[in-house]
Amino acid sequence: MKPSRIDPEAIRSRLRQAQGRDYWKTLEELTNTEEFQRWAEDEFPHRSIEWLRSPNRREALRLMAASFALAGLTGCTVQPQEQIVPYVRQPEQLVPGRPLFFATAMPICGYGLGLLVESHEGRPTKVEGNPAHPGSLGATDAFAQASVLTLYDPDRSRAVTFRNRITTWPRFLTEAAGIRERQSATGGAGLRFLLGATSSPTLAEEIRELQAAYPKALWHFYEPVGGAGARSAAVFGRRLHPIFDLTAVDVILSLDADFLASGPGCLVYSRQFADRRRVTGDIKNMNRLYVAEPALTSTGSVADHRLPIRAVDVEPLARALAREVGAAVEEAPGKLGDAQRAWIKAAAADLQRARGRSLVVAGEGQPPAVHALAYVINEALGNAGRTVRYTEPVLLNTEDYMQSLGALAEAMRQGQVDTLVIAGTNPVYTAPADLGFAEAMALVPTRIHLGLYRDETAELCQWHIPETHFLESWGDVRAYDGTVSIIQPLIKPLYDGRSIYEFLAAFTTAPDRRGYDMIRAYWRKQSGSTDFETFWRTVLHNGVVPNTQASSVAAAANAGAIPPPAPSAEIVATNVEIVFRPDPTVWDGRFANNGWLQELPKPISKLTWDNAALISPATAKALGLRDEDVVEVSYRGRSVRAPVLVMPGHADDSVTVHLGYGRRRAGSVAQGRGFDAYQLRTFDRPWFGEGVEIRKLGETYSLARTQGHHEMGRRDLVRSVTLKELLKNSASTAHEGQHPALSLYPEYAYFGYAWGMVIDQGICTGCSACVVACQAENNIPVVGKAQVLRSREMHWLRIDVYYRGEPENPDVYHQPMLCQHCERAPCEPVCPVAATVHSADGLNQMVYNRCVGTRYCSNNCPYKVRRFNFFLYSDWYTPSLYAMRNPNVTVRSRGVMEKCTFCVQRIESAKIQASKMNRRVEEGEIVTACQAACPTRAIHFGDLNNPNSAVAQMRRHQLGYQVLAELDTQPRISYLEVVRNPNSEMPEA
Amino acid sequence: MSVDDQRTTVARQSGEPLVAPGHDLESVNEQINRIVLRPAGSGWLFGFTVAFLLLIGLMFAILALMTRGTGIWGINIPVAWGFAIINFVWWIGIGHAGTLISAILLLLKQQWRTSINRFAEAMTLFAVACAALFPILHLGRPWVFYWLLPYPNSMQLWPQPRSPLIWDVFAVTTYGTVSFLFWYVGLIPDLATLRDRAVKPLKRKFYGIVSLGWRGSAMHWRRYEMLYLLLAGVSTPLVVSVHSIVSFDFAVSVLPGWHTTIFPPYFVAGAIYSGFAMVLTLTIPIRKIYHLEDFITMRHLDTMAKVMLGTGWIVAYGYLMELFVAWYSGSYFEQFLVRNRLFGPFGPAYWGLILTNVALPQALWSRRVRRNPVLLWCLSLVINTGMWLERFIIVIVSLHRDFLPSSWGMYYPTAWDWATYLGTFGLFFTLLFLFIRFLPMISNFEMRELVHRTSTEGEH
Repeated sequence: MKPSRIDPEAIRSRLRQAQGRDYWKTLEELTNTEEFQRWAEDEFPHRSIEWLRSPNRREALRLMAASFALAGLTGCTVQPQEQIVPYVRQPEQLVPGRPLFFATAMPICGYGLGLLVESHEGRPTKVEGNPAHPGSLGATDAFAQASVLTLYDPDRSRAVTFRNRITTWPRFLTEAAGIRERQSATGGAGLRFLLGATSSPTLAEEIRELQAAYPKALWHFYEPVGGAGARSAAVFGRRLHPIFDLTAVDVILSLDADFLASGPGCLVYSRQFADRRRVTGDIKNMNRLYVAEPALTSTGSVADHRLPIRAVDVEPLARALAREVGAAVEEAPGKLGDAQRAWIKAAAADLQRARGRSLVVAGEGQPPAVHALAYVINEALGNAGRTVRYTEPVLLNTEDYMQSLGALAEAMRQGQVDTLVIAGTNPVYTAPADLGFAEAMALVPTRIHLGLYRDETAELCQWHIPETHFLESWGDVRAYDGTVSIIQPLIKPLYDGRSIYEFLAAFTTAPDRRGYDMIRAYWRKQSGSTDFETFWRTVLHNGVVPNTQASSVAAAANAGAIPPPAPSAEIVATNVEIVFRPDPTVWDGRFANNGWLQELPKPISKLTWDNAALISPATAKALGLRDEDVVEVSYRGRSVRAPVLVMPGHADDSVTVHLGYGRRRAGSVAQGRGFDAYQLRTFDRPWFGEGVEIRKLGETYSLARTQGHHEMGRRDLVRSVTLKELLKNSASTAHEGQHPALSLYPEYAYFGYAWGMVIDQGICTGCSACVVACQAENNIPVVGKAQVLRSREMHWLRIDVYYRGEPENPDVYHQPMLCQHCERAPCEPVCPVAATVHSADGLNQMVYNRCVGTRYCSNNCPYKVRRFNFFLYSDWYTPSLYAMRNPNVTVRSRGVMEKCTFCVQRIESAKIQASKMNRRVEEGEIVTACQAACPTRAIHFGDLNNPNSAVAQMRRHQLGYQVLAELDTQPRISYLEVVRNPNSEMPEA
Repeated sequence: MSVDDQRTTVARQSGEPLVAPGHDLESVNEQINRIVLRPAGSGWLFGFTVAFLLLIGLMFAILALMTRGTGIWGINIPVAWGFAIINFVWWIGIGHAGTLISAILLLLKQQWRTSINRFAEAMTLFAVACAALFPILHLGRPWVFYWLLPYPNSMQLWPQPRSPLIWDVFAVTTYGTVSFLFWYVGLIPDLATLRDRAVKPLKRKFYGIVSLGWRGSAMHWRRYEMLYLLLAGVSTPLVVSVHSIVSFDFAVSVLPGWHTTIFPPYFVAGAIYSGFAMVLTLTIPIRKIYHLEDFITMRHLDTMAKVMLGTGWIVAYGYLMELFVAWYSGSYFEQFLVRNRLFGPFGPAYWGLILTNVALPQALWSRRVRRNPVLLWCLSLVINTGMWLERFIIVIVSLHRDFLPSSWGMYYPTAWDWATYLGTFGLFFTLLFLFIRFLPMISNFEMRELVHRTSTEGEH
């Protein structure tokens, strides 16, 4: 291709605009003409088509060799070419071996979670929460922890394709220009955009720009999960976004809301909730949590009173509660049982006693009426403005997702759409089955898709553009309270990806814009400050844009506007209901190709790699079902085959199914796992409905659960006490059975450090962020379902779940279990080759090089926290995963034992820093990966030799104890007893 | 009266002859050496082929293990030891009869040992060879097994002496070495006899080399007797020590079901129990096939059955004590272990153990059973199975449900587990067939001595 004519005037004007260190290689580049861009982008116009079909071995090797050679040529510079700003004080340049941290944010369902991402020589390896971010407060969820793996996922889509053939971005720009021309003529009448939920201010600006260009084009937003805020319209007359403040809440009642583990702000709510029940804090003012829900969730598992109730009965329950607290609402006739009435009566009395200091939360999976009731009840209890405030919606989209998607499907079916642009959502997979979305979409002549993966939707679109991961693109996003964060890339896009900003810009008159320029341009306008560079650097550094939180609005809930109770006369086949829930680990399916999340045991069921139909023990008995029986679940004319899992604490006559599995077109990790619950979901009742039929098929299906026994028997593993008992006997019985050691040998003296950990079990919600954090920090491999079935999962940290009481509604306890770093570790004396030894600061260490793999240490470990590489579990052969690994942690090979090290790499790095300054490591300098991730701050780590350290003090706490202390292993980890705060007026079930 | 005379007296006093009447020195020589010197029969070839095929299976299983990893077995966390350790303990237990018969019975002047000691020693050696494979194979990284040996190395690191696995290494290697020496020294006079009787030059050459220049001079005999007695003295403590140390692999742990002081004697008794069972399993058919009924008489079978009955009761006492101590200890974990053993998912294995190791062997009280080779042979198989089940229960059932219910699991052996186990039978029988074919399986010179004394005793 002939280079275009060079225009000196254009060069000069461009150089005037250039910001920072903007390098240019050639004058052609500088002129930045379209011809040049096309030429530059399309350097290999006939690039290999091989990537699209699965290559045979020989071809794969050839291509791999070629890409290795090319990778070698370009060297290691993978940071984005734009200037990014590291967090905290950093060396002026890159010091090999010293990681840098950058503030950024992860968008999920439109809301942002502020992160600090660790970068080793330009490779993001580990995610931490950003303490300055209001939605994180330093904590993260499991999704954020696992996001690094998605970034390096070899299954991500890598190239722009047109009709399944590789093409180029410039060619797509040509296509987009054609669309622009066609649509401009009609004002965009046939043009539809379908986006995932978003709160990005820059995107809002861009959408406005596009709306101006195509006034008749319609914008749709769809997420299969979320959007409960939109259900406030009925009582407030407009859509408002509720924000809770649990710091002042004494009594909380959850109406089927898993507000501690899912939804916007859950990390903050977890922290606030936990702060009011810390054993070491002001325990006298402990809060009380009531939860009414069908299937046990993380929130339900920490409740002081939990009522298993069918999802359809939550509305009658809410109505009864509303009447109890004096709101004028209609009662739903005759649906509640006596026990439920008594329960809600006691809860209502408790809530009323705590007027203005109480809170009622309605769940994502509940209809507008229940949300409206919750708002009305909160108002009646004087909570509005105190424990709950309302703001204008944080998300751009205010319409209900289902309505939005339904309108689009209808328009497509009627032939009103000639061009459909889908970005960041996968409706072909996630749309309710009765909507016929895929069939309707097929009627659209031009379909364009932007996504991380070549998924079900990409398959049905002619154009597919690979999307950049948030760790490799610029953007902005708002937190649950509206605070904006700039998304700062840590790495240059690994593949030929485009961010949603760049993608949508293709339809504007300035089609080939860079995301960086767009974000900066928007914020340059917004900042209003004269010194934009300082503003920009500060914002990037801190990870939040100051003063952007949504301000509260006054709103009065109108009880009269609550929709009347649904007529109960509807004829359904059975009174068994089905409940749809997002999966705790793969969410709506978007994380399905993430091995860490697939193998992460689900918080309560401990199921990995699959979803299941969850039913109560009584229902199972009535239907003659046992775990792993395959059933046919039929609901409103459609059916799926699903394995059964009997869950204690599940409501009777109710089946819970989790979304996100049964992917038809996904990466190698997700493909074909579990069953697709979307196939049963219906448009008008997306969350639950009665009339399910369950038919036993007589087959079984193996479910890989990491824990199969939840009864403690007479074992003294998790100790619990009620607040009343605790306050009565201030001299606790906790240390009972913790005899001083009897030994012939003197105790080892620790003159330097003595690392220890204290875990406050009472505030552990089992959310499992720590498990993934540990996996990411310590290069822990994924072993796959077959190996989990053989009990060979590799997690160094697991969260054990124990039940106490009747299986209909048991008390649930979470116990994070990791290497206890015993003073008298049973593993150490039995190792024949001295591969596991004690360090001078009391760590039980594992020397991988020395290990020959006798596994005696594991046999002799009473906690069974040691993990063995039965095969070569670490992926040594996928190049894209090399970059992901923590360079400070050995990647283990076959045949060696491994286990929790207390993040020894972090300990040593802090010790080196301290010794350089000739001082001791101070309190808080070492934060283990699990501790950092924990939303409730249940995990504490520090030096036991420092009497003022938090761990030393908590270890002496009267409720502190050690698991299996009677074996005289002298663990370095102590647990704090679970304190529950039951209402003494609550009638016994 | 000389020592030898006393020996003879004991033999005579027990009433029944240890050699069938009518044998002279030459007929003994003829009958024992004929098996070695004649060409291989079709029966031998068939048996050897089957054993060798199994051995090839073992090689294949080992190849798979080395290339893919220990994960091909059914082990997991919590059951990190499986078939490999069960089989190790089982084989090493079997290997106990040989030394007991050769050394202890020699020192105790039990003359009836003469006709079975060679065979039992060979069996010991082969069983130890099979057993020794497993601790190496079961390692995650078998190619560095030598790190368990104390050798000067660039890592400047010795094995960790507190680990019973290190004691195991010493115990088993010592036992293997001493057993081999004892067996080989015992063979020397017989090898010389074979050298003298072999016709084919190759065989003469072979036996000539391995007989180490034995000429049968009085000096040779004097030194020989001295060495043999000394080796017997060295071997005797090993009979007790090896299985005691093997039991420490379990007893020094903290695991309920392992952590118990009764293990050393209970393991030793179990080892002798299974060792004698294996000797019977092998001698009864061989005695029939090679027409050795004159040398391995009913009295031998009867005596061995009695030893089994005795050791069987020691083992049964061990089982009883485990139950009693669990109750007496007041420890919930111990009591749970017993409940889980008896009624847990592996409960049938425990009841199978009681049936095979305690209930059925009571038939040995009957003289008629002890003297019925077919019944005795069946019982020996039953006891061998029982002893395998015992190790299964100790290893698997103790591990699969220990302290924290959250980590409980199950154990299912894989095809590779079975292939490796059956493969060691291939190794064992291949060696045994070679032994039968190339070496005198009954101590020739000791039998001659016995015949000599028996035939000349009337002249005194």
